[in-house]
Amino acid sequence: MSAPGTDMVSDADPRSGERLMAPVARRIVGVLALVTLAALVIVGLWVAPPDEFQGDAQRLMYIHVPAAWLAYLAFGVTAVSSALYLWPRTRSLVWDRVAGASAELGVVFTALCLLLGSLWGRPVWGVWWAWDARLVTTAVLFFLYLGYLALRRVPATLDVRAKRCAIAALIAFIDVPIVHFSVTWWRTLHQEATVFNPELDAEIHGTMALALWIGVLAFTLLYVYLLDLRYRLEVLDEDRDERELEAAIADRVQGGPPRETVGASS
Amino acid sequence: MTDVGYVIAGWVITAVVLAVYWLSILWRIRRGERSEP
Amino acid sequence: MSLFQEAALVAGKDLRIEARAKVIGQQIVPFGLIVLLLFAFALDPDRGVLQRVAPGLFWITVLLALLLGVSRSFAVEAENGARDALRMSGLDGSSIFLGKASALAVELLVFEALLTVGVVVLFDVRLASLPPLVVGTVFATVGLAATGTLYGVLAAGIRARETLVPVLLLPVVAPVLLGATRSWESSIDGVPGDAWPWVALLGIFAVLFVGIGMLAFGPLLEES
Repeated sequence: MSAPGTDMVSDADPRSGERLMAPVARRIVGVLALVTLAALVIVGLWVAPPDEFQGDAQRLMYIHVPAAWLAYLAFGVTAVSSALYLWPRTRSLVWDRVAGASAELGVVFTALCLLLGSLWGRPVWGVWWAWDARLVTTAVLFFLYLGYLALRRVPATLDVRAKRCAIAALIAFIDVPIVHFSVTWWRTLHQEATVFNPELDAEIHGTMALALWIGVLAFTLLYVYLLDLRYRLEVLDEDRDERELEAAIADRVQGGPPRETVGASS
Repeated sequence: MTDVGYVIAGWVITAVVLAVYWLSILWRIRRGERSEP
Repeated sequence: MSLFQEAALVAGKDLRIEARAKVIGQQIVPFGLIVLLLFAFALDPDRGVLQRVAPGLFWITVLLALLLGVSRSFAVEAENGARDALRMSGLDGSSIFLGKASALAVELLVFEALLTVGVVVLFDVRLASLPPLVVGTVFATVGLAATGTLYGVLAAGIRARETLVPVLLLPVVAPVLLGATRSWESSIDGVPGDAWPWVALLGIFAVLFVGIGMLAFGPLLEES
C-alpha cells in the first residue's frame, strides 16, 4: 500500500498510486457534492423564476450548462493526463488511469448534455435537434471519445494500451477546435433563422445566475468525487486482469495437454 | 407535453443516470475488493 | 538515406503490391460506383436532388473507400510478419508513415478521379471552376490518407480493427468532409472564390495530420 496521492514513481511498481485522494477527502467531497446538488434542485426548480421568453424550460439550462462544462473539463483532464503519460519524465500508469476514468465521465456528461439540450430545444425551438455549431461539435465530441472508450476496452498490456490511448486522446483533443471552427464557419455561412439565436449567451441575472453557478459547482464536486471512485475501479480492474493473466500462464505452464479430471480445475 | 413536462423529464433522467452510474461504480468496486486475495 | 528516399522506398513497395493485386481497380472503384448508384436508388433522381447533393455523396463515398484503403494498407503488413520486418528494417517511423500515407493518397486520388467521372455522368454535374476543386481535393486526400494511416497503425495489432478503425477515424475527419464538400459546391455551383477558404482549411488539416503522423507512427508501430 502506498501513500495516497499521485505517485511519480516509475512503472516498476504499478501498485503505487492506488488512489487519487485519501478516503476521507473523497467522502468529504462526496457529501459536499450531495449538498450542492440538493441546493441546485431547490434553487433551480423552485427559487429561480421562469424565464420571460423560455418559461420553465429555462430550468433545464441549470443542468445542461454544467454538464457541458463538465464534459469539457473531463476531456481536458484526459488530454493533460495523456500528455503527462507520453512525456517520459512524468510517465506513470497513474496518468493513464486518470485519462481513462475522466474520459468515461466525460462521455456520460456529454450524453447528458446532448439529451438535456434536446429536451430544452423541443419546447423552446420547436425541434429536438438543430444543426447549430455548438450542437454539432458536441455530437462529434461525443463520438470521438466513445471511440476512445472502445479503444480502452481492447485487450493489451497496460503500457501498450496506455500509449495507444494517450495518442488517440490527444488527437481527439486537437481535433475538437478544428471541428468547432469549421462547423461554426459553415453555420454562419448558412445563417438560418434567428430561431437559433443565442439565448444561451443571453445575460442572466440574479437567482438564475446563482442557479447556474451552483450547478457548475455541484457538478464539479461530483466530477472530482466520481473521478476518484472510477480511478479506484481502474486499479482494481488492472489487478484483476493481472491475476487472471498470471493464473492462465500458471495453468499453461503446469498443465501440458488438457487432462480429463473428475474435479475440474477453476 | 407542457414545458414543465420536459423540465421534469430532464431533471429526473439526469438524476437517474448519475445515480445509476455512481452505484454501478460502487458495486463494481465492492465486487473487485471482495475478489482480492 | 534521407527521409524522402526512405519514404519513397516504402511508398514504392505499397504501390507495387497494389499494382500486382489490383485491388483498387478491381474492387474499390467498382465499390465506389455501386455506392453512387445506390444513392440514386435511395434519393430521387428526377428532381435535381442528386445534382445538388452530389459533392456530399462524392465525399461520403470517398470516406467509405478510405476505410477500405486503410484496411488494405495494413492488411498487407499483417501477413508473413511484414510488420516485424518493417520494425527491424531500420527505417525511421516518420519515413514509413510518409511512404504508406503517400501510397494511400495516390490510390485515393486515382479512385477519386474515376469517381468524379461517375459523378459527372450519373449525377449530371458540371465542374465549372477546376483550380479550387483540384487543389481542395488534393489537400483533402492528403489529410484523409495521413489520418487514415495514423489510425491504421494504431489499430494494427488489434483483432477488432476492421470495426474499430471506422469508429475512431470518421469523427476525426469530419472537418475534411465539411471542407471538401463546401469547396466542391462553390466550385461547381456557387462563387469559386468562396471555395478557397475551405481549401485553406483542408490544407491546414493536411499539414497538421501529416505532422502528427510523422511523430506518432514510429511509437505506435513499436507497440503493434
